[in-house]
Amino acid sequence: MQVTEYKPKIVAFCCNWCSYAGADLAGNNRLAYPAEVKIIRVPCSCRVNPMFILRAFQRGADGVIICGCHPGDCHYTSGNYYTRRRMALLFSMLNYLGIEKERTRVEWVSAAEGAKFAATMNDFVQTVAALGENKRLEDLRCKL
Amino acid sequence: MQALTREVLLDRAKALFADGTVDRAYGWKRGEFDYDVTPGLFRSVEEMEKEFVFDDFCGANFSKYLVEETRKGEGKILVFLKPCDTYSFNQLLTEHRFDREKVYAVGIPCEGMADVTKLKAEAAEGIRSITAEKEGFVVHTLYDGDKTVPRTEGLSERCLVCKSKKHVAYDELLGEDGEVADSARFDEVARLEAMNADERFAFWQRELSRCIRCNACRDVCPACTCETCVFNNPNSGVESKAPVTSFEEQMFHIIRAFHVAGRCTDCGECSRVCPQHIPLHLLNRKFIKDINAFYGEYQAGAEVGSRAPLVNYTTADLEPGEAVQRGNEHA
Repeated sequence: MQVTEYKPKIVAFCCNWCSYAGADLAGNNRLAYPAEVKIIRVPCSCRVNPMFILRAFQRGADGVIICGCHPGDCHYTSGNYYTRRRMALLFSMLNYLGIEKERTRVEWVSAAEGAKFAATMNDFVQTVAALGENKRLEDLRCKL
Repeated sequence: MQALTREVLLDRAKALFADGTVDRAYGWKRGEFDYDVTPGLFRSVEEMEKEFVFDDFCGANFSKYLVEETRKGEGKILVFLKPCDTYSFNQLLTEHRFDREKVYAVGIPCEGMADVTKLKAEAAEGIRSITAEKEGFVVHTLYDGDKTVPRTEGLSERCLVCKSKKHVAYDELLGEDGEVADSARFDEVARLEAMNADERFAFWQRELSRCIRCNACRDVCPACTCETCVFNNPNSGVESKAPVTSFEEQMFHIIRAFHVAGRCTDCGECSRVCPQHIPLHLLNRKFIKDINAFYGEYQAGAEVGSRAPLVNYTTADLEPGEAVQRGNEHA
């Protein structure tokens, strides 16, 4: 049997107004970031219900990253402030339950920060790859 | 032993029924044994005389029952509230879950409620009754005589670290009002935080894999009052849980804890009703501890109309990365 190189599965929730455009810019500038990152576009980072994150982990994601506009720059004025509180509590809880804290991250990436987007994704994929597969939150019933 | 006896409460209820202030009452009802007291709705003085009890086994918090009951009938409902119940009462009022005008709340002091599981562990079989005496809880058994358990060992965990003996809502108060306690309720959370990730995972796997998804924690929770609940989903696949220590119900508990984060008053009912004795309050307390550390002290239900931390923000809030770090350093 051939041993294939382990590639982590990463889910990135990107807000439509800043981070998704940032990802676009990274692409336009030919900046490389790993293909393991699966981007899900959301209208605002605060659209991300904590359940989405748990669901991703349940179905076998190895890391989840949420990208939104910088605080103060939200297209909807205050969405990312709510994201910030919500995710602070959720990630702290996941850490409390024994899930490695490096598997979750929030980054603020503006539409002009293509380079930051690529760098963030490269770094996150490396960090998660070092941790290996997520076994603690996956649910085999959801992977059939 | 409680400061007030059943008779004091019953007399007051009789008077309230007699002068027409209330036409029904929520109180604790005799069960099969004197230690399995259940919540009950009484419609007359006669019913109360027959079945109403008040002793050290009256843990149930009636706040949530008011949500449905206040929609029925015109008259007022009498409800007895222990200090910790009044926080849930206020929290439900904050969320506009019931009509305050339809409730007559009588605050009663509480000396802490017994943990029946701990007391039942005293004898493997043949427990006739358990009584609360001055020297502690006395377990009367058929085969081993009477066994006395010191009060501090027989009380439930939530009462040992009682957060408040002060009533924050009532129409009238029977007995003395107490003070908000400076309790050690976050000590157990801090002990878990001090562990490493593997130990914490092992702890929660051991605890949560016992979950049988009976939904008792949700049903009893005064913060869970949605009429349509996300967990009432027939397609959830819950019934296909494998009978192994597979830890699949962790998601349910994380989500449930998150749904009540910032609104949980830490009444401890979830752990009390859990048939598998999972310390569910430790999940809620982690959120409360984090909220206190990150966004300032906040006690849900302490005052009506306070803004919950998760529907609020400041521009200077902690970044999630720092928060996780701080939460881990038991800030």
